[in-house]
Amino acid sequence: MIDVKHLTKRYGNHTAVSDLTFHIGKGQIYGFLGPNGAGKSTTMNIMTGCLAATSGEVKVGGYDIFEDAAQAKRLIGYLPEQPPLYLDRTPREYLTFVGQAKRIPKGELKGQIQRVMETTQITDVADRLMKHLSKGYKQRVGIAQALLGDPEVIILDEPTVGLDPRQIIEIRELITSLGESHTVILSSHILSEVQAICQTIMIISKGRLVACDTPENLEQLFAGKTTVELTLEAEPEEVAPLLEPLEHIRAVELKRATDSRCDVELETDGSEDVCREIFFACSGAAKPILRMATVKASLEDVFIELTSDAPETPVQPEAVSPEEPEQESEPEADVPELTVEPETGEEEAE
Amino acid sequence: MKAIFKHELASYFSSVTAFVFGAFLLLFTGIYTMSICISSASASFEYVLYYVGFVFLIIVPILTMRVISEERKQKTDQLLYSLPLSMTQVVMGKCLALLVVFAVPMLIICLYPLVLSAFGSVYLPEAYGTILGFFLLGASLIAIGMFISSLTESQAVSAGLCFVVMLLNYFISSLASFVSSDAYASFVAFAILVLLLGLVVWLMTKNSFAAWVTIVVLEVALTAYYLLFQDSFAGLFAEVMEGMSLYERFYQFVYGVFDITAIVYFLTVIGVFLFLCVQSMEKRRWSE
Repeated sequence: MIDVKHLTKRYGNHTAVSDLTFHIGKGQIYGFLGPNGAGKSTTMNIMTGCLAATSGEVKVGGYDIFEDAAQAKRLIGYLPEQPPLYLDRTPREYLTFVGQAKRIPKGELKGQIQRVMETTQITDVADRLMKHLSKGYKQRVGIAQALLGDPEVIILDEPTVGLDPRQIIEIRELITSLGESHTVILSSHILSEVQAICQTIMIISKGRLVACDTPENLEQLFAGKTTVELTLEAEPEEVAPLLEPLEHIRAVELKRATDSRCDVELETDGSEDVCREIFFACSGAAKPILRMATVKASLEDVFIELTSDAPETPVQPEAVSPEEPEQESEPEADVPELTVEPETGEEEAE
Repeated sequence: MKAIFKHELASYFSSVTAFVFGAFLLLFTGIYTMSICISSASASFEYVLYYVGFVFLIIVPILTMRVISEERKQKTDQLLYSLPLSMTQVVMGKCLALLVVFAVPMLIICLYPLVLSAFGSVYLPEAYGTILGFFLLGASLIAIGMFISSLTESQAVSAGLCFVVMLLNYFISSLASFVSSDAYASFVAFAILVLLLGLVVWLMTKNSFAAWVTIVVLEVALTAYYLLFQDSFAGLFAEVMEGMSLYERFYQFVYGVFDITAIVYFLTVIGVFLFLCVQSMEKRRWSE
């Protein structure tokens, strides 16, 4: 659906986006994840034709965003970081204007506006001036605007920033429902958000794509580091000899010991048998387990690891793009794990 | 283009802008009609417009200050860029809407000569010729105002800059006549003008190389021309400034000349500034 090739954007000496290459398939929710200033908004602005790239190309549905701008833009609905609303108009007037600009035939326009207003639940405020609307409603009007004309791709730049928790949940539900019939790309610097709604996550750091995979696969990369937290009723010196011989345990660390209670953190190899093993070992030694919890490496760890890695790898010829099969065999310098996973989005694309 | 046009027009008439603009224009036209035509019992409506011309100094900046700068400030320009519209369509739509806002009070003004003719003999072709000239003058100034608005994010800066440009435009021919009419003075005045042009190029492109190339090429050409045809430079600056002044062109209509070259000149000015406005919006995509 969207092909981005060797995209670079420089502002004077500052490189905001550096040699970005990726492919976005049909009918999924993609999440652009990255710390502030990573180049997410710049990339989205270039993809929607709001900004010209220094070099590289963007093709939407086969149309170049610059050469065939009108056709390409018709396939895209875009909500920029700040919803572009005319505050002295009402949502209905505003949507009528956007609909006309998108060349929606007159007969369909009213019906479409009604439909997007229902989808985004702004029918109640349709005739109020937008300057009186709350941030959440403004955001919805912005999304409604992007939905007009039924574009195949919907690009949302930080759609939940500045909303209260209830609104965030509502917007997320809305995005999830949009994902059923559209390709949705959203950006965020909030991990849990992307994790909750996106099927594919692209992590961008310092203008480079450092990872592109499903949330599960990204977590899997670090599954080997699964840790188990344990509270045992035992003397501190008894703990290590008891647990260290176990097959799946790599390291034992005593966190705290108070009157014959020990908090222990175990580094394991990620095997599912590990808890059973611990249980039998402890029951055999008659040491009651007071608490046991498995802590999986979260996406957060992946994120922090990947984004802090990026500056140490100055020369990375090609950003990781597992969607292109020929690249999978290429050795990757800094993120070798990523290419091992087969791309699940591939079958659904095209 | 139609969508932009409708949208802009609706926002002018739903806010006070269009009404303030129209009221101002009609108020001043009314006052001058009173004092020139009615109090002094003259049938020459064209002199009313001759004096009303200065109103543009105030109303054009009011009308055009927000037209593009406000889009930038509110970030609604991102919507325009992402819609399947070309910048030419956007600028044309906005310009047409402004012209309609301007045309509404002008239509009312068109009634004045008819009213006057009920009380005396008004030479209608001259009166309406002048109204046409007045409209074209206003349209050219609006196009210049739009371009200025596209240069900045702030309405205030846009209005201030626009006012200065309108003022210069209004007084340019009288200012130019202060320049000594000998050839060397003209040459110096042109040389300064070239430097100003270079400054404008630099402001627009932020590219000092382009600005210096413009300055050097034009200064060299100017010097060569001056050395070759020294005599023709005498009084040339004042003449050129007068030729460039939009108001001087308009005065031809007031004097009863239906000046086709003036009409062409006005249309050219409109075309050039709308083109520059489109370029200025396109440019923003590239540098930002």
